[in-house]
Amino acid sequence: MTWTRKHLLDIESLTPDEIVMVLDTARAFKAVGERAIKKVPALRGKTVVNLFVEPSTRTRISFELAEQRLSADVINFSAEASSFKKGETLKDTARNLEALNADFIVIRHSASGAPHFLARVLNASVINAGDGAHEHPTQALLDVFTIREHKGKIAGLNITILGDILYSRVARSNIWALRKLGATVTLCGPATLVPKTFEQMGCRVTHDVDEAIRDADIINLLRIQHERQRKTMFPSINEYIQLFGLNKARLAKAKSDALVMHPGPINRGVEIDSDIADSGRSLILEQVTNGLAVRMAVLFLVNGGKGPSEVAGN
Amino acid sequence: MTETTVILDAAAMQRALTRIAHEIAERNENGAEVVLTGIPVGGDHLAKRLGKILSELWRQPVPVGILDVSMHRDDLDQRAAPTVHPTVIPFDVTGKTVVLVDDVLFSGRTTRAAMDALNDFGRPKKIQLAVVIDRGHRELPIKADFVGKNVPTAEGEKIRVRLVENDGVDEVVLERPR
Repeated sequence: MTWTRKHLLDIESLTPDEIVMVLDTARAFKAVGERAIKKVPALRGKTVVNLFVEPSTRTRISFELAEQRLSADVINFSAEASSFKKGETLKDTARNLEALNADFIVIRHSASGAPHFLARVLNASVINAGDGAHEHPTQALLDVFTIREHKGKIAGLNITILGDILYSRVARSNIWALRKLGATVTLCGPATLVPKTFEQMGCRVTHDVDEAIRDADIINLLRIQHERQRKTMFPSINEYIQLFGLNKARLAKAKSDALVMHPGPINRGVEIDSDIADSGRSLILEQVTNGLAVRMAVLFLVNGGKGPSEVAGN
Repeated sequence: MTETTVILDAAAMQRALTRIAHEIAERNENGAEVVLTGIPVGGDHLAKRLGKILSELWRQPVPVGILDVSMHRDDLDQRAAPTVHPTVIPFDVTGKTVVLVDDVLFSGRTTRAAMDALNDFGRPKKIQLAVVIDRGHRELPIKADFVGKNVPTAEGEKIRVRLVENDGVDEVVLERPR
């Protein structure tokens, strides 16, 4: 299989083979992070701009380190200290960055479709680091990578995504990736945050958490995103904890080999109990490590030019 | 249409590997200092086979690793991204004689990338190069230390090294466009 995409904008448009290619490539990049010298020259001489119009810490740091470990030159551009405050449009900002000969633009934006827009108006490769409530493709790829590492496969697994689905780009990207690779996806949370319309994406929707986790191989918890909710979607945090928080008693009813994931930052005592977050069943810190490998793999793949991938020697 | 000629059959490939192993043993008196690293896809299996023959010759285990060179290639933005294989070098290369093993030596660019990639794992005392086929057309000042067979080729021709591990058969064929 040959990777032909110049951008990574979403999971929806990827084929299952393309997703698997990212995962296989990431396996090799994960090994790079375990060496004494954690840097390879693959993107030497290339310039990457991290255009984070919406605040982010962990995704930006992960991308930044991935870029540095590929030997790229890195520019960080954040909303707080930038021309957006002075009224410049996204298009003008991006064109200015391209005038500096940026080869890659990694964009995080509160508007869905912002990366797709940039991909149309720029020559640089565009990577979506999260656009509104639409998609967060590298998060889904690292989640799937982590699941595959532990379970050896994706097809046939039962994956439960629990929490704020409606406002979650992580959930949308995960649903696309998991469905394409043949997993059964169950969504659970308050009815206001997990509407039945998600059944159209091929998921099972339930509002009963015990039922949702009973047969799950993986329970992926999502944070309640106060910043994205225009009005309160459930009566109180305490009620959410009572009905949907993952605690020891609840997890005891799940399969004994069910593992727990969370894209972070976690709210201890809200969506996840502290002792579960710190237990051997939590993959939360592995997700962080794998995120770096997956982002290196994505940058490596979209950097490729045209033509066959076959090595000339053979 | 392509015209194919078998250059090495299974028996000839086995003889070539045995001869290369003996040459490696002859060149390196102290077997304890020698480690092998094969370049995927092909060289990794060949390195394993050479390691087996050498460990019988030296009566001691010979460490064998896998060295992927994709991240160190110099043509990454000129072609679609190559398939990356995990590098596995479960030993220290510092102070060792590392024999790089590849199936075909052509432009020499893979070998250059391999030497760079190896640098990230330590500082070998020596690096030597073993290949099954040297087909000429070097673009860099690189020469193999151990060669199974020299095969003069034209640019448009292709050499295919098929191995039991990957393709179910051991043979080397030359494909010539007609």
